[in-house]
Amino acid sequence: MKTEELIINPQGKTEEYFINMGPQHPATHGVLRLLLTLDGEIVRKVDADLGYIHRSIEKMTEFDTYRQIVHLTDRMDYLSAHMNNEAVCLAVEKGLQIEVSDRVKVIRTIMTELTRLSSHQLWWGVIGMDTGALTTFMYAFRDREMINDIFEETCGARLTMNYFVPGGLMWDIHPNFQKRVKDFIKHFKTKLPEYDTLLSDNVIFRKRTEGIGILSKEDAISFGVTGPGARASGVRCDLRKKHPYSAYDRVEFKEILGTKGDTFERYRVRILEMWESMHIIEQLIDNIPEGEILEKTKAVIKLPKGEFYQRVETARGEFGANIISDGKKSPYRMKFRSPGFSNLSVIDHLAKGWKVADLVAIMATFDFVIPDIDR
Amino acid sequence: MSYFGDIGKGIKTLLSGMKVTGKYFLNARKEIITQQYPENRDTLEMFERFRGEVVMPHDENNEHRCTGCQACEIACPNGSIEIVWDRKVDEETGKKKKYIVNHIYHLSMCTMCNLCIVACPTDAIKMAKKFENAVFDRTALTKVLNKPGSKLMDGVEE
Ligand code: SF4
Ligand code: SF4
Repeated sequence: MKTEELIINPQGKTEEYFINMGPQHPATHGVLRLLLTLDGEIVRKVDADLGYIHRSIEKMTEFDTYRQIVHLTDRMDYLSAHMNNEAVCLAVEKGLQIEVSDRVKVIRTIMTELTRLSSHQLWWGVIGMDTGALTTFMYAFRDREMINDIFEETCGARLTMNYFVPGGLMWDIHPNFQKRVKDFIKHFKTKLPEYDTLLSDNVIFRKRTEGIGILSKEDAISFGVTGPGARASGVRCDLRKKHPYSAYDRVEFKEILGTKGDTFERYRVRILEMWESMHIIEQLIDNIPEGEILEKTKAVIKLPKGEFYQRVETARGEFGANIISDGKKSPYRMKFRSPGFSNLSVIDHLAKGWKVADLVAIMATFDFVIPDIDR
Repeated sequence: MSYFGDIGKGIKTLLSGMKVTGKYFLNARKEIITQQYPENRDTLEMFERFRGEVVMPHDENNEHRCTGCQACEIACPNGSIEIVWDRKVDEETGKKKKYIVNHIYHLSMCTMCNLCIVACPTDAIKMAKKFENAVFDRTALTKVLNKPGSKLMDGVEE
């Protein structure tokens, strides 16, 4: 057979072929390998190949004490480090049957909302880059820097904080904390409208995202999609509302829901979530109650026999930590339910029939963090 | 008509975006957040809680507070700390007492989780602000934290 015959069949149709996207591809935001089956530029099938950043964190937990496990979860979804820590801490506290003080609860809530803001800021910068606008990245990092400074001052690190410990917090907040947070909120309230002017209203960005990759409510539920990706399709899945933990039951905020479920709707939900996060922080920052920072626990924490599960809402969706304990100082088995893994499973369904560039835009709105998918 | 309407709308949104960038372009000096890192080394001050590496402070008599209790070694999740210890007879009481020979710290494995600092009962170790840890040879990242010839401070009990 001649070469031309191989490429063009008698009906004049193009033949399907497949390419690798990743594991070293800037648009996959990490070492994710997607096997794309393409017809011309049209995506026919997406297979995700995982394992490039697998560190067997779940297995490692079986040899670590409960205090040590917390710091491993920083390294899963590193943009939601505080939430991951919180899930493990809450699960361990459930097992120990201790209740942390109100002060700890409020500080934890402020910290997790700051993390959500910083994660969404980074996502906003990156979605701009993925759709061809470099400016957004610089603007997002300008504002994110202030949150990173807050974390660095109080927690001692910018990304892998390990600030929440079973029973409370590692330290009290820094004296500057409240002032810095207020400064940031004041600053960011003037900057967030700029995000809309720069990107949300931009005609090119609108054309790239509106009507692309529509996810129906039923599909979102059946694929197990959580987080802003599902809320854009109208699924009420915000755990902060449905199963409040920490101080979320004492603040007032809206669960942002979309209707259309397309790429732009997922974008819009995240932007509006930033306003809600700021609203939550504003309610709490001025009335942090007094109280113990760390509940008394034994030097070596041993959980009673049984199963302890806690789920939290990270910036990407529902994160769950399940501890199966046999009464020793390490868990018998620990399972993490990461939002990225389930969200990734829907990509094949969404991207079918769209162009490769649309696939990148769809992926960007789910905001994948690959170490979270792979663990 | 909508074709031209689209063009007009497109130009309008592009211009409104450029108004934002233009504003920063013209006021570039006002809101500088970039730090000129290697140049500002002399004035660069990290936050006081910044976790850079584990160090053991010594006082002017070359004395530290480490009793060799190994609590930090047990607390460390990845074996970054190794304690080499021995026992010697205390001259006053005549009892055998634990003392530290080498407090070995592998910076290359440390995840800066702070668990060892919290675990130490005598506050013998702390986190330093130094963050420029790059070296040419990996072995340089294995450090002995207690200085040669140093001994335990008086009055520090396990
Ligand atoms: S900071 Fe953490 S990883 Fe590093 S030596 Fe201390 S306990 Fe080990
Ligand atoms: S540094 Fe502290 S915890 Fe570690 S052996 Fe010395 S006294 Fe014990």
